[in-house]
Amino acid sequence: MEEFFQQLTNGLAVGSIYALIALGYTMVYGVLKLINFAHGDLFTIGAYLGMTLLASFALHETIGPFIGLVVLALMVMGLVAILGAIVERTAYRPLRESPRLSAVVSALGASIFLQNAVMLIYGARFQVYPEDLIPETAIDLFGLYVPLVRILVLAASLVLMAALYTFIQKTRIGTAIRAAAIDQDAARLMGIDVTRVILLVFLIGPALGGAAGLMVGLQYGQINFTMGWTYGMKAFTAAILGGIGNIPGAMLGGLLLGVIEAMGSAYISIAWKDAIAFFVLILILIVRPTGLLGERVAEKV
Amino acid sequence: MKNKSMYIYGVIFAVLAVAPTFLNPYWVDVLNNVGLYAILGLSLNLIVGHAGLFNLGHAAFFAVGAYTAAILNTQFAIPVLWLLPVCALTAGLFAGIIARPIIHLRGDYLCIVTIGVGEILRIALTNDLFGITGGPNGIFGISRPTVFGYVIRRPHEFYYLIGAFLMVTIFLFHRLENSRFGRAVNYLREDETAAEGSGINTSHYKLAVFVLGAAWAGMAGDIFAAKMTIIAPESFNFWESVVMFAIVILGGSGSIPGVLLGAVLFVGLPEVFRDFADARMLIFGAAMVVMMIVRTEGILPQRPRTYALPEARNAGGAP
Repeated sequence: MEEFFQQLTNGLAVGSIYALIALGYTMVYGVLKLINFAHGDLFTIGAYLGMTLLASFALHETIGPFIGLVVLALMVMGLVAILGAIVERTAYRPLRESPRLSAVVSALGASIFLQNAVMLIYGARFQVYPEDLIPETAIDLFGLYVPLVRILVLAASLVLMAALYTFIQKTRIGTAIRAAAIDQDAARLMGIDVTRVILLVFLIGPALGGAAGLMVGLQYGQINFTMGWTYGMKAFTAAILGGIGNIPGAMLGGLLLGVIEAMGSAYISIAWKDAIAFFVLILILIVRPTGLLGERVAEKV
Repeated sequence: MKNKSMYIYGVIFAVLAVAPTFLNPYWVDVLNNVGLYAILGLSLNLIVGHAGLFNLGHAAFFAVGAYTAAILNTQFAIPVLWLLPVCALTAGLFAGIIARPIIHLRGDYLCIVTIGVGEILRIALTNDLFGITGGPNGIFGISRPTVFGYVIRRPHEFYYLIGAFLMVTIFLFHRLENSRFGRAVNYLREDETAAEGSGINTSHYKLAVFVLGAAWAGMAGDIFAAKMTIIAPESFNFWESVVMFAIVILGGSGSIPGVLLGAVLFVGLPEVFRDFADARMLIFGAAMVVMMIVRTEGILPQRPRTYALPEARNAGGAP
């Protein structure tokens, strides 16, 4: 039973990271109907930026570990958001009226570019985060010892997701984003500046992805320039699992996928860990293509 | 116009036919790779270019063919060229099983499933599925192909084998393009609802074209296995599929000359820029973005079909 609950909390922590990345995919897919292949690499860049900023400013030593990490996270999110907007501007906006397949190739090109840029700057080897950031203590939760970092990652993700959910559901800008996702032309007729909405989506999504990158760095201690691909594909699976384009769906899908993967690798086979997500994906598409929370999308006639 | 392009193709063909006599083995081998990717590109072109189905996991079908050839050749010593139809069968069957339940879904779902299948297959091969795939090291000791007792071994011998296979592929796919099948598939790419309304069984055609493209990639896998004599799961990763996909879209989807040009650009040119070494992939990625923005339809896009009007009606009609 102990093992089971450990895997459960582990799965929830990993799943919350998937959920944060999945939000970026699902929001972009919502407004552009495009799989943003570069998103996984923005996540990687978040992890690397976090490492660089940690090393160069050592904020956790000057203003205390907790505030230091919060400020660090905000810096990473801001920088990755700007990068996301640049990617949108250069690789996606010129292709908005083009055939979908051309945009897919452009997205793949952007992904290859970013991935190799990271490799050229930081090298191909695994990079290690500074070790003593978060004390390696375990918290006693009803007799279950859970590492502090796991709880922090889960809590931080939940806070970010709650903030995003409130923003999307309660504010005027959030309403505009939802409207643009449903019908771009109608949204435009209602006076919504769709181009700005898309830009906004490309700021929010990468910001959350960057934060997820930082969390991976803090939790696992080591990062690699290719990790964006694995995390990205799993996060996209999570987005489909929850229903693509659906924001609460991405959160639910991420957490669920994290738990399924943790359980699968613990009780079935660790060697197949990376394949589990894709089995789930195929199963979902055969049984319920719209995802768990997705609404039925009628094909246009 | 038509004559001029025929003339250009004739010259290119003549130069390529004698190319091994003045190129060193290294460059002949580069051309072999170009040829192999051209075959893969053409097979993917049926799926992506003609039918408009997103397939970002074509390397999986290539892998199924290569592993079929490798296993049957090393276990039962069946000559590799005899295995061509078997490889086509296994790859086609594999594609059919995957595509059957999802072919009717929206495009992106197929895209993500093909990526997923490619990854699952690669992981399965690495984990030594059924104990016959050799794990991460792959399978080695695949025998060389023989044609009428003549063993094909050196790059320039492979050059003519791959060249012949490519010529057959071009000829057959050209015929297919202009057949009832080709027109039906193009129609459903342009407007699926209208195609369905005109009595085209769209999911049947989608499935057929998917299986056909995959089967062809399986045969290319057979040639690949014979050429390399050793195959490993890493030869069939996601980025291989991306290269094949980019060859089709950048070259000009739906157009045979476009795909051939795409293969030259994507496989041949990086060899020219070997000096950049590390930055090669960076340039590759940037080039994909820039090319797509500059030439959205690809370099040599498919031209709309033209039909000559019968002489008599033309003369009598217009004033």
